[in-house]
Amino acid sequence: MKPRKDLLDIQSLTDEEIEFVLSNAIPFKNLFKRSVKKVPTLRGSTVLTLFYEPSTRTRSSFEIAATRLSADVTNFSVNTSAVVKGESVLDTIATLEAMRTDYIVVRHGSTAIPNLIAKNTTASVINAGDGFHAHPTQALLDAFTLREVFGGDVRGSRIAFVGDIQHSRVARSTNLLCRRMGMSTSMLAPGSLIPRDMPPEIAVFQNWDQLHDWKPDVIYLLRVQMERLNVPFFPSIGEYHSIYGLTDERLKRVRDEGIYVMHPGPVNRGVELTDSVMNYERSLIDQQVENGIAVRMSVLYWLKPGSSIEEAKS
Amino acid sequence: MAKASHDAVFMPDSAPILSKQDIAQRIERIAEAIRESCHGSPLALVGIHRRGVPLAERLFILLKSHYPELLLGRVDISLYRDDLKSLEIIPKLVGSDISFDLDGKHVILCDEVLHTGRTSRAAIDELLDYGRPKKVELAVLMDRGGRELPIYARYVGEEISVNPQQRVQVHFEEVDGEDAVYVQNGVRR
Repeated sequence: MKPRKDLLDIQSLTDEEIEFVLSNAIPFKNLFKRSVKKVPTLRGSTVLTLFYEPSTRTRSSFEIAATRLSADVTNFSVNTSAVVKGESVLDTIATLEAMRTDYIVVRHGSTAIPNLIAKNTTASVINAGDGFHAHPTQALLDAFTLREVFGGDVRGSRIAFVGDIQHSRVARSTNLLCRRMGMSTSMLAPGSLIPRDMPPEIAVFQNWDQLHDWKPDVIYLLRVQMERLNVPFFPSIGEYHSIYGLTDERLKRVRDEGIYVMHPGPVNRGVELTDSVMNYERSLIDQQVENGIAVRMSVLYWLKPGSSIEEAKS
Repeated sequence: MAKASHDAVFMPDSAPILSKQDIAQRIERIAEAIRESCHGSPLALVGIHRRGVPLAERLFILLKSHYPELLLGRVDISLYRDDLKSLEIIPKLVGSDISFDLDGKHVILCDEVLHTGRTSRAAIDELLDYGRPKKVELAVLMDRGGRELPIYARYVGEEISVNPQQRVQVHFEEVDGEDAVYVQNGVRR
C-alpha cells in the first residue's frame, strides 16, 4: 500500500486503505502478548502530541502506540485559553517545524485545524479530534472492535448510537465508517441533540422501546459532553439519565437480548450509563481501549512524513 | 516503474538453473546436514516470511520423524527492516507466529536466498524479542554472496556466483505455483 502523509478524516480514505490499516492492526495487537511488546519500526522518529483540548485516553493511547514502535514521544503543552485563533496555531507549527518532529497528533476544538496544520508542515499529521467534525482513529478502532466481535465481517449488523449526537465527532466518524462497511445504523437522542443535517435514511428514535424494536446488535453510548453544553439542551442530568441513559432496568433487557455495548470513554456514570454497565459481560469498552493502541500503531506504521508546506510551495 | 522492467521482475527471462527435482534434492541435503549436526537442545525451524516459510515447512516434514519434538514458526520482519523509511510501498503485515517458548531452543532460521544479510539480521533481532534461544543458525536454499553484514549460513542448498546486478529468484509451489530457481539479469531503471 502506498503511504499517505496525513490522516485527517475517514471520508478521504479509500476502502483499500481502511482494509490495510485494520488488517495490519491484528499483528500489532498480537505483539502485546510478547514479553517484549516493542518493535524498532519508528526508531529515531519523533511523535509529538499537540492537544488544544483535554483528553484522557486518546493522548495516552497515541503515546503508548508511538512508544511501542520505538519512536520518541513528546507532548507539547498548549495554553488552552490563550490559543484559539488559526493564526497562533500557525506560529506554533512554525516552532514545531523547527524542532523537526516527524508525526504530529493534534486535537483542537475547531473543525479543520488539523487540515490547516497538515498543509503547513512536512510532518505527518493525525487528527485526534477536531470540533464536532472527525475523530478518524476512534472510528477505525471501533470498526476493528466490531470486526473482532462479528468474526471479521460486519455486513448486515446493526448499531444504534445513543446520546449527544450533535456534539459528537465520534458519532460522526464511527457512524460513517460503520455504514461504509455495510452496517445499518440508527440514533436515539433528545431532539435538541440530533444534528439537522442527518441523512434521512438513518432511523431516529425517541425512546428505548423503539430502539429495541429495531433489533440492534450493538448499542453505542455517547458521552454527554458537559463541557460543550453552554446552553442547556435538556432540563437536567437526572432527567437525561432517566429518559436516555442505560439504567439498571434497561440493562436487563439489553442483557436478555444479548446486545453489545460500546462507549468511546471517558464515561459519565449515572448520566449516559449506570455503574453496572462497566461489569456487563458484553461491554466492549475495555476491548476498545486495547484495540485503540493497536490501530494507532497501524496508522503510524502506514503514514510517511514528507513534502507539503503547501506541497513544498508548488 | 516502466512496463518493461515491471515485467522483468515477474517473468523469468531464461531457463531455470534449478528444477523441481534439483530443489527437492538440495532441501534433502540441508535436512541431512541438520540431522548430522543437531543433537541435544530442542530444535525449532523458523521460516522468514515469505519464501522462507515453505522452506521451513518442507524441512519440517523431512525432519519430523528424527526430532519428535520439532517446532515450527514464522517471522515477518517488516517491523524490523532498516529501509522502511525509503520504501515506496508499505508492506502489508502478515505477522509473526512463534507459538512456543523460545528460551533454550536451538533455532534454525530458514530463508530462500541469502544475499546482503540484512533480512537475516532483522529476523535475528525479532527472534530475540520473543525470548532467549540457546543458539540461532541460518539455513538457505541459495547463497548468492554479496554480504553487507557479518552473517553466515550454516546450511546451504546451493552456492551460486552471480554479479551484483543479477537477481536470484526462487519460486516455490506454495507461493508461486511452481518449484524453480532463476537467475535474472539486472532490473535496470
